[in-house]
Amino acid sequence: MITIFTENWQALLTGLGYTLFSSILALFFSLIIGSFFAILEEMPYRILKIIARIYIEVFRNIPLLVVAMFFYVVVPMYVTNINGFTAGTIGLTIYTSAFIAETVRAGIQAVDPGQMEGARSNGLTFMQAMFHIILPQAFKYVIPPLGNQFINLVKNSSVLAFVAGFDLMYQGDIIASTTFDTINTYIIIGVLYLIITMPLSYYMRHLEKKLS
Amino acid sequence: MSDFIAAYSWENIRYLLQGLLVTIEVSVISIIFSFIIGAILGLTRYIKVKRLSAIVGFVIDLIRNLPLLLILFFVYFGLANVGIRLSIFWSATLAMTVFESAMLAEIIRSGIQAVEPGQMEGARANGLTYWQGLRVIVLPQALKKMIPPLVSQFISLIKDTSLATIIVLPELLYHAQLVYGQNTNYVIPMFVALAVMYFVVCYALSLVSRYLERRLAR
Amino acid sequence: MKQFKKISLLFMSLIMVLVIAGCGSKNKADILTTAKETKTINWGVKADTKLFGLMNIKTGKTQGFDIDIADAVTKKILGKDATANFVQVTSKTRIPLLKNGNIDAIIATMSISKDREKQVDFSNPYFAAGQSILVKKESSIKSVKDVNKDGMIVLGVKGSTSVINMKKYAPKAEVLELDDYAQALTALKSGQGDALTTDNGILYGMVKENPDFSVVGGTFTHEPYGIAIDKGQDKFKNQINKALAEMRADGTYEKLLNKWFGDIPGFSVKEASQQ
Repeated sequence: MITIFTENWQALLTGLGYTLFSSILALFFSLIIGSFFAILEEMPYRILKIIARIYIEVFRNIPLLVVAMFFYVVVPMYVTNINGFTAGTIGLTIYTSAFIAETVRAGIQAVDPGQMEGARSNGLTFMQAMFHIILPQAFKYVIPPLGNQFINLVKNSSVLAFVAGFDLMYQGDIIASTTFDTINTYIIIGVLYLIITMPLSYYMRHLEKKLS
Repeated sequence: MSDFIAAYSWENIRYLLQGLLVTIEVSVISIIFSFIIGAILGLTRYIKVKRLSAIVGFVIDLIRNLPLLLILFFVYFGLANVGIRLSIFWSATLAMTVFESAMLAEIIRSGIQAVEPGQMEGARANGLTYWQGLRVIVLPQALKKMIPPLVSQFISLIKDTSLATIIVLPELLYHAQLVYGQNTNYVIPMFVALAVMYFVVCYALSLVSRYLERRLAR
Repeated sequence: MKQFKKISLLFMSLIMVLVIAGCGSKNKADILTTAKETKTINWGVKADTKLFGLMNIKTGKTQGFDIDIADAVTKKILGKDATANFVQVTSKTRIPLLKNGNIDAIIATMSISKDREKQVDFSNPYFAAGQSILVKKESSIKSVKDVNKDGMIVLGVKGSTSVINMKKYAPKAEVLELDDYAQALTALKSGQGDALTTDNGILYGMVKENPDFSVVGGTFTHEPYGIAIDKGQDKFKNQINKALAEMRADGTYEKLLNKWFGDIPGFSVKEASQQ
């Protein structure tokens, strides 16, 4: 098992890098997209609410792997050539954005509705009130769940292995198929995932306890 | 358009439905076993047995923090290494059960913890033993709180079975891949069918969850 | 701090358990003996490869040349009432599955290679696979030599060994690399290239669907398919080789070749059955 690590540490670290990079990119963009749909759903127009609802429900109820495969298989075939890493990260972003939209919406709803009324009666438009008054407060509720979302992203980014996305799991697959030492390779991969997710999840639990 | 009509021939649709059936079979069997195991583990964590609860807690955290894909590999490739050989179907079911048990244990534990501590104290003051108090007073209330997260975990489970396509479990996604692998014109129709089938099953479940939530809130 | 010590101790012990489990030696049963007892051989086969192992959506069964050979070998070794059980594998899962005993043998378009021989044993070749070229039926190209001219465009798949080989066998030709076989075939159809190159087995599958094309000139590399068996199962391997030899002698082998490839232009039984 040690030799697997010493002989492949470069590939393993590259994989870890891609896993983290993909997770961070997906977290960043899904926060933007998720917030967008959350605001859309809180807008006082029925049609916008429905559009946001459809987006959220569709991507919450379809497997991440199907979304990622769609970008890997269909997009290069009919639209433009993208590699596995890009396709996988886009899939990851869209899938996660539906969950983040729900989190952000819950955050917005947790802010006292009187705040919006007060802001509107002071002459602010809906958008101004949303961006200057409501969202800054809502994000206080949104930040802690984002940590857990990031842990999920790191774990979920393993679907990149299905689309040749160079991530940790993909490197593991390659090492396993060249050394034929499947179990020991995946144990190393598991330890590397745990090094990221385990401390983070203990920290998140600690944080949640402190906040409550 | 003609691609869609050809792709949705009865044979192809039937083949996809056969896959969907396997997806549902694996999910249902796993959720039943995981609920039982998860309840035992969750309770063990809650009632704080010396040492044991800490070990159980640690193992649960370990499993929860690994990608499911990796657990699938451990079960599929690893068990045979120690002399246990399972079919693809049962390997997938076992892997899902291991992962879901850890997830459900946490849901069940935090469900019980969410019940006000005063309830147990009241039960004890009224002459009930600890176990009676747990069974009659605390657990029924906890169950109410658990239903929404339990159902959403079941939805995740159905979606996650698609990962087992990597060990060639003949589930929905694998069947769709075989169909479009034989005719590239069927790629888009197959993805549409995949999206629709997964969505219908999962969304229906989330509607059930919402209904239960509303009824129990009364 | 005490908590931390406890956790790290647990963590270490868990890793130890995993390591022991991973390194645990395993005494493997003799496959031939178990197969005779159960009257079954478990074969790892492909489900997505035309002509060799392809899922029939209607029946839900895999079918192809590999399947038929496996079936015939099973019956030769264990008798007429024996069953060949087929487990679908991919290039990723086949060797681990063989190693951990879920399948007894692999017959899945697997080329015999030095690298693989370090891990598994191979039977004698059952299909003389190798690189070849596909052209339009009316094309003047008759072999790979005709492609080695200025201005010729050969289509291949990105990153494949067949593309690298082309630079050796037809250095004058220009190679255009596409993403997958489907795209390469579309490009050949639309005249973006003069020939398409890859394994003959895959090319035959394309011709089957597109009769306007033909595989020409035979193979110019030698990468025959073999049946893979786990190391240390020599008795089983010998039985497989014996069965293959019998099938060649009694005409079963040629009959199966003709069944799957007989109507494909450019296919030659003599070439495919080379040892």
